[in-house]
Amino acid sequence: MLFFLLMVDNLSLLFNAPILSAQLLVDGILIGAIFALVAYGMALVWGVMDIINIAQGEFVMLGGYVTFFLAAAGVHPLYTVPAAAAALYILGWALYRTVVFRVVDKDMFISILATFGISIVLQQLANELFEADVRTAESGLGSLFFADGLIVVSQIKVVAFICALVLGATLFLFLKHSRLGRAIRATAQNARAARIMGVNTDRVFATTFALNAAICGAAGSLVVMTWLVHPYLGLAYTLRAFMIVTVAGLGNMASVILASLGLGAAENFAGFVLGTEYQAAFVFSLLVAILVWRNALLSRQRKYLK
Amino acid sequence: MTDTTRNVLLYALIGLTGLLAPSLAPAFRIQMALLWMMILFALTWDLGGGQMGYNSFGNVLFFGIGCYAPAVVQRELFFAVEGQPQATGDLATISPAFNYFNGFALGLTLAVIIAVAVAAGLGSGILGLRGQYFAICTLGVGVAAGEIASGWDYIGAGSGMVAPIFPGHPSQAALFFYYLFFVLAVICFFTLKRLYASRFGLAINAIRDDEDKAEAMGVHTTRYKAIAWCVSAFFLALAGGAFGHLNNFIDREVAFPGITFGVWMVLMAILGGKGTLWGPVIGATIFHVTQELFWTYLLGWQRVALGVLIVVIVVFFPLGIMGWLREQWPEKFGETVDLEARAAPVSLGEGR
Repeated sequence: MLFFLLMVDNLSLLFNAPILSAQLLVDGILIGAIFALVAYGMALVWGVMDIINIAQGEFVMLGGYVTFFLAAAGVHPLYTVPAAAAALYILGWALYRTVVFRVVDKDMFISILATFGISIVLQQLANELFEADVRTAESGLGSLFFADGLIVVSQIKVVAFICALVLGATLFLFLKHSRLGRAIRATAQNARAARIMGVNTDRVFATTFALNAAICGAAGSLVVMTWLVHPYLGLAYTLRAFMIVTVAGLGNMASVILASLGLGAAENFAGFVLGTEYQAAFVFSLLVAILVWRNALLSRQRKYLK
Repeated sequence: MTDTTRNVLLYALIGLTGLLAPSLAPAFRIQMALLWMMILFALTWDLGGGQMGYNSFGNVLFFGIGCYAPAVVQRELFFAVEGQPQATGDLATISPAFNYFNGFALGLTLAVIIAVAVAAGLGSGILGLRGQYFAICTLGVGVAAGEIASGWDYIGAGSGMVAPIFPGHPSQAALFFYYLFFVLAVICFFTLKRLYASRFGLAINAIRDDEDKAEAMGVHTTRYKAIAWCVSAFFLALAGGAFGHLNNFIDREVAFPGITFGVWMVLMAILGGKGTLWGPVIGATIFHVTQELFWTYLLGWQRVALGVLIVVIVVFFPLGIMGWLREQWPEKFGETVDLEARAAPVSLGEGR
């Protein structure tokens, strides 16, 4: 009962002080750009290899740790973004060559379970090696003030937002115009036909998986600068990415970005209204609700989510 | 020796071992109790995942409901159970067994009712999803339940809640929970055996093989799927209630252990062989025994090892032990096909 009273209280606060909504919205949109990176990576792997990578969030987490340790060694965190991406690229490549290539053409559930296994390995390794503490990398940037100081935006969030956009744009251009990017898109359309046309699909798969890991690594690097990192952060990012991709569809960058920004904002509002302890619960419940709702709409035409 | 006598002997042997085990090795009662729980986990997961083709990562939801419900019921009833606050505000020091067992039974009943209701309610929406969407949606359900439990003050939020202490010596408690889990697992096994042999079994296998065709043939797919999930929920809630009381302490990690029990149940069923009656039993036994024997030597690296194990089993051994046996000795372990019925001409009715 108390909980609902609190909720109503928070809601009325939002109505009475619209500036608060603006603050939440700005924060949410800035977070959303990072979700968009992770989600686009997932969509890429899903579209090209027909694999849903549950270890997506763990790549984000590891990217965060790369930045954290480099920053601890004295490098400015912003310069460590490429390093995180490179490290994760190598990890992604290695994972493809050892495990993932064995499940590419298998049943979807096998690959989900295999990448789930990978995610548990990475998460627990991080827990053993880096300890379960919450870490963050200080960028040393200040905050921006708008509307007479009522809206506070930390500069690092803006920088992270711009970084995410630049990374996304680079990836988009790479896929659109480079030779390898074209091969990746061809494989996504029809792997068999691409193979007949002389595309080395095995290499394309390896590159795609590694590229996805690199994007996630860069995203993780931005996450640790703006918020924090700990070994158990992964699953939330994986499920958010999955939710965004289900809403936006595969291979549509514009709608992925829109859905991500929307999710970021929705999550921030929910965190404010329900209380931060329920923010994660809201994200996961939203995933369930969206899936069930979309499926219910399709089931009217006797179809289902495929 | 005919098949029937062989089976009866096998059941008698396992049953006798199960009955006598706690007296033969009293020091391992709790581990053996957990073995029966693991068998129950694998069996209930396989009902959905193996037999029906609905691979769920969220079955811990029902387990968690089962964990919390009896503890909450016993707290709310203000039964004089040792260590629990009374209506007067003092802590009770006496522990009448009568109250404990009554509260526990009432709690288990409520747990089952809630879990089955949730399974039926959620199931109507979630079971419409298929394949990967179902798997990830249930993953979300499991984690969301854990998050809600860790924020909800009524059930102790992040600090958890304490289940009443068993009235009696700890070794008696171990014995009680051993037999509780043993009976639950045995009932679960025979219920499923019975179900698989019936029309229900055929229906859910048809759903696994081709849901659209099954529906076209007139199988009420939605109803069967919901029933299967409710059966899983029923047994998992009972197991959860027993586990919560065995463990005495309940919080989000205990009640919604997505990364341990939630994954183990999938792993055990796959290790033994998905979609078979005996597979989950064998898989759970092997997994639990190996875990108890070797896990302690890994010193904190168990969960890393578990992840590696998942990858290895899924990638290299997806058919499991029963699947492998079927491939090796199809005449002994394979599906029996009624050749006479198959060879019989199909009549399309009179007057043709």
